Amino acid sequence: MNAKVSNKIATAILYLIAGLVILLLAGLLGFILFNGVPHLSWHFLTSPSLAFQAGGGIAFQLFNSIYLLFITMLISFPIALGAGIYLNEYAKQNIFTTIIRTAIEILSSLPSVVVGLFGFLLIVVKLKLGFSILSGAIALTIFNLPLLTRSVEGSLKSIPDLQREAGAALGLSKWETVIHVIFPAALPSIVTGVVLSAGRVFGEAAALIYTAGQSAPALNFSDWNPFDAASPLNLMRPAETLAVHIWKINSEGIQPDAAQVSAGASAVLIIAVLIFNISARWIGKVLYKRLTSAR
Amino acid sequence: MDQIRESLLKTSIATKRERFGRSITMAALILIAVIVISIFYFIASKGLSTFFVDKINVWDFLSGKTWNPSSTDAHGKPEVGALPMIVGSFLITVLSAIIATPFAIGTAVFMTEISPKNGSRILQPVIELLVGIPSVVYGFIGLTVIVPLQRHIFGGSGFGVLAGTVVLFVMILPTVTSMTVDTLRSVPHYYRESALAIGATRWQAIYKVILRAATPGILTAIVFGMARAFGEALAVQMVVGNAPILPANLTSPAATLTSILTQGIGNTVMGSMQNDVLWTLALILLLMSLVFNIIIRLIGKKGELK
Repeated sequence: MNAKVSNKIATAILYLIAGLVILLLAGLLGFILFNGVPHLSWHFLTSPSLAFQAGGGIAFQLFNSIYLLFITMLISFPIALGAGIYLNEYAKQNIFTTIIRTAIEILSSLPSVVVGLFGFLLIVVKLKLGFSILSGAIALTIFNLPLLTRSVEGSLKSIPDLQREAGAALGLSKWETVIHVIFPAALPSIVTGVVLSAGRVFGEAAALIYTAGQSAPALNFSDWNPFDAASPLNLMRPAETLAVHIWKINSEGIQPDAAQVSAGASAVLIIAVLIFNISARWIGKVLYKRLTSAR
Repeated sequence: MDQIRESLLKTSIATKRERFGRSITMAALILIAVIVISIFYFIASKGLSTFFVDKINVWDFLSGKTWNPSSTDAHGKPEVGALPMIVGSFLITVLSAIIATPFAIGTAVFMTEISPKNGSRILQPVIELLVGIPSVVYGFIGLTVIVPLQRHIFGGSGFGVLAGTVVLFVMILPTVTSMTVDTLRSVPHYYRESALAIGATRWQAIYKVILRAATPGILTAIVFGMARAFGEALAVQMVVGNAPILPANLTSPAATLTSILTQGIGNTVMGSMQNDVLWTLALILLLMSLVFNIIIRLIGKKGELK
């Protein structure tokens, strides 16, 4: 075949494929938003879910998702930051580092359901924490750690060595250089990584169904003592999140309006991911401007 | 004199902080390694007790075609053949990867070579957003769109291999595409220029030079997508039908390792044989994710040599 003709045919096919994929992706997003957004209302977002009747909301699930995300980030960020700093600043090229790098890579490729089952076995059953926010947060931390560590490491790596040399030239120790020079310089991109991983954690369900549980007991939003059973802040209560709720009502639920509730909940999840994606970039940019003299 | 001597020989505050910082960051890293080791230890010890405590033959387990842990067969042995789930998982993973690959490569080539402007302005953000969409949302869409569609076209319940494949295809497409885009972007610019300079058409440059140079990266992207598909639990569980039988055809209900796991763990008693066999399924999942990891490493190594 003539090279020019085949070039034209191939280009046409590539246009076709790209067009189909755009259509598919746009259709997907459109479907979720088109079906879900009409169900969103203040009532839907703020009223508890109903097991047997129509008209329930997602108030507790939404709160659980946000609270669980917060606790997860509280646990996983310091660990990931430490591990990332060690990997990029201290680790030497030796067998110990290679093994740990491999371990992190393996952890990041584990199916989330396996992480959830491990959490169930160790935290829920062996450590007797039961189905609770704390168990769920630990499972999500395990799920989140490898990617967050890698993103912290990448952020630190992008800081030129010149900065480290400048720190050393001023007589700072390595640790002081990291804390006072490298970390602030890397902060915008670290924050971007954290917010992006938050989006991932927010929608995770498989790691949670056997750790944070599949029930959302009623919460009393006027009771902020974390040790009361009905307090929203209680760490030891079972907490069904939004993503788990979608799965639960679609596979076992008997609500007459399960499809509507899940459409609405899906739209909330997508909008949350969208917000996380946009704000990650925005916060990174703003921080960069604030912390450096870049205009 | 003694004072100066002492202050010189004493560990300075900066050194103490240095040691503190170094050890605390190292502790964080070791914690991650310990977590990985304990995941393997706990899942393996639970999963292997099927064979060591409940005395089930490994081969019977892997090749048995009936899965009904609560009853026993004619010989008084429990019916725990995991073959239907293993076949189901592999079938759905491979099929969805086969469908996703041409679309992912085509879109990635379009985004990097044909129309980089539209690619980075329109497609890139959409794909990044789709990578982040929770898998339950994909499952829910599968349940409301694809299952009724399959029921309408092929009859039956609508749940099955085909529905699972389509859901996973849509789910891994953004991931594979964005990874392929990264690979294509990392192909040096002078490859394109030299191909065009010796008179190649754009398609010849893409097909004979760029795609060849990017092959290891593209393969990695595909294997990565397969690993994600293999380990996906809830989205598949919602549409696959969860019937632990060997699928007779593409529209018949099936089950995957993950779908039986998520369904069963809550309904069995810890320590019982019915529960142990589920942990064995989890162990298979764990080992398979290890295998995918090794394949990705091998591809990476082979790509390096060239």
